[in-house]
Amino acid sequence: MGVELATTRLEDAVKWAKQSALDKTVNWGRKFSLFSYPFVTACCGMEFMSVAGPKYDLARFGAEFPRFSPRQADLLMVVGTITEKQGPALKRVYDQMAEPKFVMAFGVCASTGGFYQNYHAMPGCDQVIPVDVYVPGCPPRPEQVIDGLMMLMDRVQQGRTHNQLQRKREQLISELTSAE
Amino acid sequence: MSQKVLDALKAKFGDAITSTESQFGDDIAWIVRDKLPAVALWLRDDASMAFDAPVFVTCIDRLDWKPLHRPVAEHFSDESGKDSRPRFEVCYQLRSSTHRHRVRLKVAVPENDSRCPSLALLWPAFNWQERETFDMYGIRFDQHPDLRRIYLYEEFVGYPLRKDYPKDKRQPLVRRDDLPVGPAAKASRDLSTTGSREQK
Repeated sequence: MGVELATTRLEDAVKWAKQSALDKTVNWGRKFSLFSYPFVTACCGMEFMSVAGPKYDLARFGAEFPRFSPRQADLLMVVGTITEKQGPALKRVYDQMAEPKFVMAFGVCASTGGFYQNYHAMPGCDQVIPVDVYVPGCPPRPEQVIDGLMMLMDRVQQGRTHNQLQRKREQLISELTSAE
Repeated sequence: MSQKVLDALKAKFGDAITSTESQFGDDIAWIVRDKLPAVALWLRDDASMAFDAPVFVTCIDRLDWKPLHRPVAEHFSDESGKDSRPRFEVCYQLRSSTHRHRVRLKVAVPENDSRCPSLALLWPAFNWQERETFDMYGIRFDQHPDLRRIYLYEEFVGYPLRKDYPKDKRQPLVRRDDLPVGPAAKASRDLSTTGSREQK
């Protein structure tokens, strides 16, 4: 009885170690190949161009070049003010992205609504989609964006972004329910 | 600058012009609401007027109308009550590219009957601007070919640029569906729809 338990525990541990190593490797790959989809609505787009351009060069971090289809993108960059009328479009773009998917709120308007606190502006795009990294600034300096991107890369490596955690939760729940 | 336009208007229409004023180089004629289309048609078609360039149409919300320096209130207050005082001013700015003069037509619109004749058929450029005025202030333009909201969505309730619209009231179309549901989540949702981050 005791031996059986020990062996199953050992098997579990080996399985966990293998799985963990695999996850780490996969996440390491993911964090260096973040293809971004810029959802640019406002003046922050100028700063986004600067970040993506040769001087600051987001491609150094593997965020190689913007894909202009959400279906080919991993990282949704919400750049600029989101109005309530745009909410359904933003949600749809997010829903179209393949998992795992990450979201960066670029600038205060995308993070909190910024100085638009009124009838038409959404108080942050996290009202509609889960946001992993908030980059403040009006608009943010390219260095801030790169800092945010590196934070996001750490998160991806740790498997702690919203989407990865949600997937893990769903996996656990399905395992538990199937075990019952 | 174009006092002669105001003089011509007064000579031609008389009672339809309730008053005129000139301020900072702008000449303003207050028109009786029902007479606006006739006055505008004449301004457009008369050779000496030839207002061919519609500049803008907008509205001013005088929530607490105080006749400070202008004698306008005289023409609208029949001393019967608050409602007789007009709450809205609808402003049409016109310009003539041939004579290089301009004039502003103003119409007083009361709150309980917020209608105004449309000039979209005289100057098609006013079509969308009147829709915007309707969208933001709820002025209903009679005979407008297509009076719908232009910026906001159909589901929006109320008119946001009216002075009595709550400053931070939100009317969201969508919200996240991946958050846990429960009393706390419901409370935060209520907070976001009624507005005011610093909720009492």
